[in-house]
Formats: sequence, structure tokens, C-alpha cells
Amino acid sequence: MAVQSETMKPPRSEVGLLGWLKKNLFSTWYNVLLTIFSAAFIYIVLRAVITWVVRDARWAVVTTNLRVFMIGRYPRDEAGRVLVSLGIIVLMTALTWVFRKAKGKPRRWLVIGWLLSFPLITILLRGFSRESPFLPLVSEDIWSGLLLTLVLAIVGILASFPLGVLLALGRRSKLPIIKVLCTMYIETIRGVPLISVLFMSQLMLPLFLPPEIRLGTVMRALTGMALFSAAYTAENVRGGLASIPIGQYEAARAVGLNEALVMGLIVLPQALRAVIPAIVGQFISLFKDTTLVVIVGLLDLLGIAKAVTAQKEFIGLHKEAYAFTAVIFFICCFTMSYTSRRLEQRLGVGER
Amino acid sequence: MNRKRFALIVVLMSLSLIIASCGTTECPECVCPEAGECPEVAVGGERFQLIKDRGYILCGVNAELVGFGFLNPEGEFEGFDVDFCKAYAAAVFGDPTAVEYRPLVAAERLPALQTGEIDVLIRNTTWTLTRDTANELDWAVVTFYDGQGMMVRADSGFKTLEDMAGATVCTTTGTTTEMNLADSFRMRGVEYTPLLFESTQDTNTAYEEGRCDGETSDKSQLAALRTAMAEPEEHVIIDVTMSKEPLGPLTAHGDNQWNDVVRWVAWGIMEAEESGVNSQNVDEMLNSENPTIKRLLGVEGEMGASLGIPNDFMVHVLKAVGNYKEIYMRHLGPFGIDIPRGPNELWTNGGLLYPMAWR
Repeated sequence: MAVQSETMKPPRSEVGLLGWLKKNLFSTWYNVLLTIFSAAFIYIVLRAVITWVVRDARWAVVTTNLRVFMIGRYPRDEAGRVLVSLGIIVLMTALTWVFRKAKGKPRRWLVIGWLLSFPLITILLRGFSRESPFLPLVSEDIWSGLLLTLVLAIVGILASFPLGVLLALGRRSKLPIIKVLCTMYIETIRGVPLISVLFMSQLMLPLFLPPEIRLGTVMRALTGMALFSAAYTAENVRGGLASIPIGQYEAARAVGLNEALVMGLIVLPQALRAVIPAIVGQFISLFKDTTLVVIVGLLDLLGIAKAVTAQKEFIGLHKEAYAFTAVIFFICCFTMSYTSRRLEQRLGVGER
Repeated sequence: MNRKRFALIVVLMSLSLIIASCGTTECPECVCPEAGECPEVAVGGERFQLIKDRGYILCGVNAELVGFGFLNPEGEFEGFDVDFCKAYAAAVFGDPTAVEYRPLVAAERLPALQTGEIDVLIRNTTWTLTRDTANELDWAVVTFYDGQGMMVRADSGFKTLEDMAGATVCTTTGTTTEMNLADSFRMRGVEYTPLLFESTQDTNTAYEEGRCDGETSDKSQLAALRTAMAEPEEHVIIDVTMSKEPLGPLTAHGDNQWNDVVRWVAWGIMEAEESGVNSQNVDEMLNSENPTIKRLLGVEGEMGASLGIPNDFMVHVLKAVGNYKEIYMRHLGPFGIDIPRGPNELWTNGGLLYPMAWR
């Protein structure tokens, strides 16, 4: 005969929703106060925000100008080229996701695909010459809107990363000239605000260059951003290099690797893995810093927000335009930090 | 070690000197601290030849000024100033789209002209003595006479600045507007309370919320802000001008031939209004017996040829953008932001527009 043991159920006030509430929100008198105040605060803020978003805001400024926000002055007839470029990126991203666990051949093809897609997209967006019947020239100087923001950020990131790694290695070099030059470069750039670098590249560069060379405004801003960002990447990478114990170098040399292979196969991979969070943080800040090009007259996403609110139908609707811009920036930055978290998990940062 | 440090300090100091003299936004005039340091750009017809060889005009514009220069929902530049860019392209190349627009912010507009980045700057730039002399620039002509004005609520009963004793006035800080406001009230011996804001938007919001009795800014901008208000008819811009703001296109020192084109095309646009030629009737007017119209449209004389452009350049200009009245009506008149023409009327109607003799 089985002994029936009657277990008493816990009191209703300790389990379920009620229990959770009691445990987490109303456990002590000061938590009760805190909960009430926070709830009131959240309610007031949310109510104001929702009322504005749903009722007061006049979103026509965004909906009418959506295309301008996205691609700005890019000619309407050529807008398909931007879509195709976007398609290429989406396709490559999807393929990368599908083959994320694959090793060997598919992986090599992915790398080749990515490497090929960038020049392809550049040609697609920029075109050939003014008269060309196929893909006529759309000078990068009239790229604007989100397109310009993304181009500035992506090219800035891609160009500054290798430059930054080289500068970091240079700063640790044993050759005094290289070391001094790299140190000087890094410290000079880090001692100057980005705004002045942009102004210099915009106003001074044409004075230094011979008149035949007319570097476009976007190229100039891009150069300034990449050079600026490289100095910060260099310091991040140097931090990573410094964290690699000397034993790694010695062990690598002991198995017969030369100086370049020690760096390339042993030290750099570990150093870079260690500084992923810092570098991604810096890329996110670079992405947001692209808005500074507004002050040198480029129409990035923020510049477009200012330009379209000068349409007479939409005078004074800055709040709507800026709110929309903020949402886009949040989506982009959040995607970046999410991707970086996944990358960290996969590479096991902080576990080994 | 010491030597290294010394070298570093020298480099940093020279760099900071360059930045101090060039990087500041307040002082676009200082990019070339010493005369002769700037490269000579295009002397005597070189620039004009460069433009013709290039096949399009580089036009510096404002991208965010209501009525004068902004992006329309098609992603194209539009506005009063922008129409003059189109007019120059039509005059030189017969094609109003032969323009590359370069949006510029206030701080870089004059350097952009000096360094040859742009051919002509049409960006609500006030013609002042210091700018004209210090920056090696040449204004061509005044296309719009603006002035600082004052907007008040219609029921306040303010008609003049003298009425506004003890009133609170909203304005944007850090501009000449603030200084002109103080000067105007001091000159009249009237007490007032200034309420300063960082941006035009904040200033306008404060005025709309009733935190001040008046708002001051350039009249064209006040008119634009007024049209955007919930009840425009409750606000009036009182009949007083606190400062002169003559706005017009300008070119770099050195190429007078190009500057001549810039000024005469603008005068041609005004002359067309005076003679009654517009975008609609330009083809009939080619048969006009009026000698001025004949010369204006290139039926007679060698006006265009003397400028180095086709004789019938005004026909292209008028077909592209119309005469002064049409441009004005499109952007600043009832179809635009609705500013009364005031001084921007022809001299024959009591305004200040006086195109020079077309012969």
C-alpha cells in the first residue's frame, strides 16, 4: 500500500504572477515606493511618447520623402542600381548565415564572394562615364541620405581596420623611424577632434593638391574619417597585442616560425579576438560620427532630415524627421552590437 | 629622447596653429591669414574657359533654407537661389540641367569659392564690405533685398519698435541678429528683454508658445515661419527693418568675364520682367518691335557674344526659369512661402530692382 504523502501547495501569494510581483517589486517598503514611482514615471513618459507618435506627429514629412531619406539625390531613374546592390548584400549575408558552420571550400567561396561584391557594388553605384549608355556615371558627390551614411561607415571601417592594424604593429616595431612615425601619427590624430580633421580635409586638401586633381567632397570626407578612425583602431589593436603573453611568441619561434608568421598565425589572431568588443564599439561610434559630415555640407541621413524640413509644406517638422533618423540609427547600431555579441560567443572571447 | 620629444612638440604646435587659423567655424575669413598664401585661381577669363570646357557649372547652394534652397521629394534641389544656378547653366550651355550643385554650410561657403571648388556661390550671402575685401571675392549683383524684421501677435497692437517698450523678444543667440536687435532698441531708447535660444527652431517654438511678445530674424525667414504656424493670420511682421541684408551671387576674384556673365544674366532676368517678357510669351516676343526686347532676346545686336555666350542666351534662360517675377512667385510669392515683394519690386513699381541698360 503506497503511502500517500500529501504535500501542501505553497500559498497563492507566493507563486505565479502574484508571487513574482511580491518577490520582485513589493518585497520591502522602499521597493514598493520605488515600484510606484517607476511605474508612474514610465507611464507618464510612455503616454507622452505614444500620444505624440500616434496622434500629434505629422509623419507625412517622412512618408513623402522616404526615397530622399534612403538615397537622397541619387537619380530616380537609376534607383534600381541601389536596390540591386542591396540585394547583393542581402544575398551574401544569407549565404554566410547558411554556411556559417561550414569549413573549407564553401567558406573560401564566401570570402571570395564578399571580396568580389565590394568592387562590384562600387561599379554598380558609381557607373562608368557621363555619356555611357550602360550604367551612366552617378558621381559619389551626389550620393546622399542613408546610402551616403552607410557608404561612409562601411568604407571607413573597411579602410581604417587594416591601416589601424599596420599602425599598431608599427608602433611596436623595433625600427625607431617606423615606431616614431606611427606614434606621432596616432598621437596627433588622437589629439585632434574629428570635426577639425573633416574641416581640414574639406578646406585645406584642395589647397595642397595640384589644381588638376579634383578630389570629390565625399572622397575627402571619407579619407578624413578613415585616417581618423585608423588611429583609434591602432590603439585598440595595440592593447590586444600587449595582452598576448611573451610565451606565445617564444613558443611560436621555437617551432620554427619566422617573424611574419609569428604575427600572422599566432599573435594577431589572438590579439584581434581579444579586442573585438572594443573594435566593434569603435565602429559603432564611427558609424554615428558620420553625421558630422553635415557640417562640411554633405547630405547624409541627418543632412537630409534638415534639407527636407525646409520644404514649405513641412516647415517646423524637425521632430518627426529627427525621430525617424534616430530610429534608423538605432536599428543599424543595434544590429552591429548584436552581431558582435554573436561573434564573441562563437570565438569564445573571455572564455579561454 | 629629448630630441624626439622636441620634434613631436614642434609638429603638434605647427599643426594646432594651422587648425587654429583655419578650423574654426566662426571665422571663415581666416583661411588665408596672409595675402599671397592662397593660390591664385583663374585669372582673366581662365575660369570661364574652364567652365565652358567642363560643360557644366559648379554652383554652391544652401540645402536647408526655406524658399531659397532645399531638397524636394524627388531628391532634387529647388528654390529661389537654385533657379539662378539653372539660369546660368541655361545661359552658358542652353541646358538648365548642366549644373552640379554643391550644398554648403555657412562656414565653408567662402573658402569653397576661394579654393575654386565652385564657380559661383548663390547661398543667401549678405554683401558686406569686410567679406568683399578680405576674401578676394566679387559680388555680381543683388538678387534679393532682405532685412531683419520683427514678428508679433496681431492682437498685441505693436506697430513699431517704439511700441514694444518692456516687451520680451525671442531670437537666436550668436548671430548678428542678436547684435542688430540690441542696436535697434538702444538707438530708439526702448527697454526690452531678450530671450535667447540656440537654434531657430527653439526660438520659433518659444514664440509660438507665447513665451515672448516678438520674434526677430531675417524677414524672409519670419515669413516662412509664419506660414508654418497653426494660425498664420494671428501674426504680423511689423513694418521695420533693423538691418540691411542684400543677398546675391558671387564669384572669386580674378575672372571678371565670368563675373560679367553672372551679373548680366541676373539683370536680364529682371529686364525681362520690366519689358514684359516671360517663359510663356518668349517665342512671340522674338517678333517684337521693341528694340530693348530685340536686344534682350538676341534678335538684334551682339550682347551674348560680348559676354562670350550665345546671343540668344536670354531665350534659354527665360524658357528654363522665367523672368524675375516668375521665379519670385514660384518660391517666395503666394505659391511659395508668401513674402510681400517690398523692396524686391522693380524700380518702376517703387522697388529696388534696377537692371542696368541693356545695350
